[in-house]
Amino acid sequence: MSEASAPSVGRPRVIAFCCNWCSYAGADLAGVSRLQMPPDFHVIRVMCSGRVEPEWVIKAFAAGIDGVLVLGCHIGDCHYIDGNHRTAKRFALLKEMLSCTGIHPDRLLVDWISASEGGKFQRAVTEFVERVRQLGPVDARARTPLAEAPR
Amino acid sequence: MSEVRVGVFVCHCGSNIGGVVDVPAVVEHARALPHVAHAEHNLYSCSEAGLSSLQRSIREHSLNRVVVAACTPRTHEPLFRTACQQAGLNRYLLEFVNIREHCSWIHSREPGKATEKAITLVKMGVVKACLLEPQEEAQSAVAPAALVIGGGVAGMSAALNLARQGFQVHLVEKQPRLGGRLLNLDRLGPTDEAAAAMIEPLIAAVVGHRSISVHMPASLAEIDGFVGNFRVRLGEGEGRSEVLVGTIIVATGAEVLQPEGLYGYGLFPNVVTHVELERRLKEDLPEIRSAVLINCVGSRIPDRPYCSRICCMQSLKNAMRLKARLPEARVAVLHRDQLTSGVQAERYYRSARQAGIRFFRYEPEQPPQVVGESRAEAVVVRDALRGRELSLPADLVVLATPLVPGPDNQALSRLLKVPLDESGFFLEAHAKLRPVEFATDGVYVCGTARWPADVAESVSQAYAAASKAAIPMRSGAVRAEAITAFSDRALCTGCGTCVVCCPFGAIARQPWEGGRLVAQVNTVQCKGCGCCVAACHSGAMQQRGTTDAQVLQMIEVCASV
Repeated sequence: MSEASAPSVGRPRVIAFCCNWCSYAGADLAGVSRLQMPPDFHVIRVMCSGRVEPEWVIKAFAAGIDGVLVLGCHIGDCHYIDGNHRTAKRFALLKEMLSCTGIHPDRLLVDWISASEGGKFQRAVTEFVERVRQLGPVDARARTPLAEAPR
Repeated sequence: MSEVRVGVFVCHCGSNIGGVVDVPAVVEHARALPHVAHAEHNLYSCSEAGLSSLQRSIREHSLNRVVVAACTPRTHEPLFRTACQQAGLNRYLLEFVNIREHCSWIHSREPGKATEKAITLVKMGVVKACLLEPQEEAQSAVAPAALVIGGGVAGMSAALNLARQGFQVHLVEKQPRLGGRLLNLDRLGPTDEAAAAMIEPLIAAVVGHRSISVHMPASLAEIDGFVGNFRVRLGEGEGRSEVLVGTIIVATGAEVLQPEGLYGYGLFPNVVTHVELERRLKEDLPEIRSAVLINCVGSRIPDRPYCSRICCMQSLKNAMRLKARLPEARVAVLHRDQLTSGVQAERYYRSARQAGIRFFRYEPEQPPQVVGESRAEAVVVRDALRGRELSLPADLVVLATPLVPGPDNQALSRLLKVPLDESGFFLEAHAKLRPVEFATDGVYVCGTARWPADVAESVSQAYAAASKAAIPMRSGAVRAEAITAFSDRALCTGCGTCVVCCPFGAIARQPWEGGRLVAQVNTVQCKGCGCCVAACHSGAMQQRGTTDAQVLQMIEVCASV
């Protein structure tokens, strides 16, 4: 990976896109169960992980977000029949593209978390935040041209 | 558009949020944000006082956007939307920020960082709120008919309840007989009435009701649609049929664990489960001089950590039945904790002790041993209270095994798009606030499909589910949440990607100015997943409540603080 090491000051900033029906509910269950996890992630609720646009993720990195989680229902359990099949395809592609842009592909993680998997949510977030922390802040040089790209 | 005036309402939720997050500090930060005209905190925003304060502030400060930072929108968003509506604001001008489940509860050891995070989340909520627009909800009709899946005591009680309220009911049972698990039971605790005396009249009432169509034995082939309008295809014998229903109740029950390999079950003929014992209690019980009943067989173990709740009572009931039939027999119950909650059950336990039934507690690390040659002869157990090993003679050993999820749960959960819990039982929308509903509108759950429950609990849940299902059917119409997709026809190139992408067939290409084909969304059919929006190449498709502009603003703010 060509990402230059930027000074690792401050904490990582992570966005987790969660679908309303499974992963957001899983996150709620983690909360109800008082499962502790690092405070560096921020959930944005979408109805389906199939709503998450690769463009959002690219713009997030461009804006200085260090890591993005896209969390949906397990394959076969999607509330909208097959929305998460699209998620799986789109983000497999985006991960490949990230390698070319100089953003470490580990900064993007797609995972499936059901409404009953509070523990899995905790593990996924904790491990991801730790991985992103190791990678350090997203490289400013990689993000400059993207930030200037028209919306 | 008139000036945007945002009101921010931060909830302490008692000490749930306020005990970790510095709520006044969050309010101070919110007050300083662009477009924020008012910010306040409430001890409980969802209380009568909190809601009236919200409504008063909307009027006093001429607020036209509201941000509530509190618990999860999955339970409380509708309440606050209604409060906004009552104060004269469109109900979609509310943005809900979760600072409890996603903040205070999970960062309780880091109050400083939790406060910082809450501030960021509120900022993200405010920038989104600024871009919210009023929405109108599409209305659709609700068919006054229900599908009840499962013909046990819960399913039949729900079906009969709905039929007597005047709704058409389709009751689907996979077995060739109604009655479910109760058919196998002899008596019901703690009143000792015959199970048949309860279930037989219920079956007769269900079969005899002209508004109930019993489909039996039948299977579910396909279910599609949404609240008010579910199309259900049934397989019955060779034939197939289709019914249209407004609501669905899941009452598929549970299975009893067969304890193969445990305590000599399958090896010794006189080691039986409670279900097998009850079958024999209905007939002639052979003369026995001693019986040992073992509780928690296959439950409360690492592989199956839950307590099945009803087995302690079943042991107690059958210990009493054995003692009543064979007063000279020595009857002992081996338990890890004999649970008899509630007034009646505790009384039952006391009378069992008075009748001479002995109770011994064992530790899971030192489980009882069933010993014998060709049949069980004794049970050796270490009495945990006295720290002494006992050998109890046993002409009969009865194992209390838990209820386990039905084998069809996985398939049914996929068919209905409703979740299962980690054990494999159906998972309700909220344990306390929505105990018999799924998060999916129009689908309900009752009885042991949800969790081990006794007959009284199953019937109560069935009535609750039926009364919940009756609400949309009685009102005759439901409003769909205005989270649907819409296309900007001027931007649309008519490529049709969205048409192919939509799981619900809600998008069609229709001629517009000059006969050019453009995407048109049917808002009644659209379920609001937003897949088409992410797929659109030209930026023509957007989703109400989750526009690109809103999300990008949230990302920007999250990155910049």
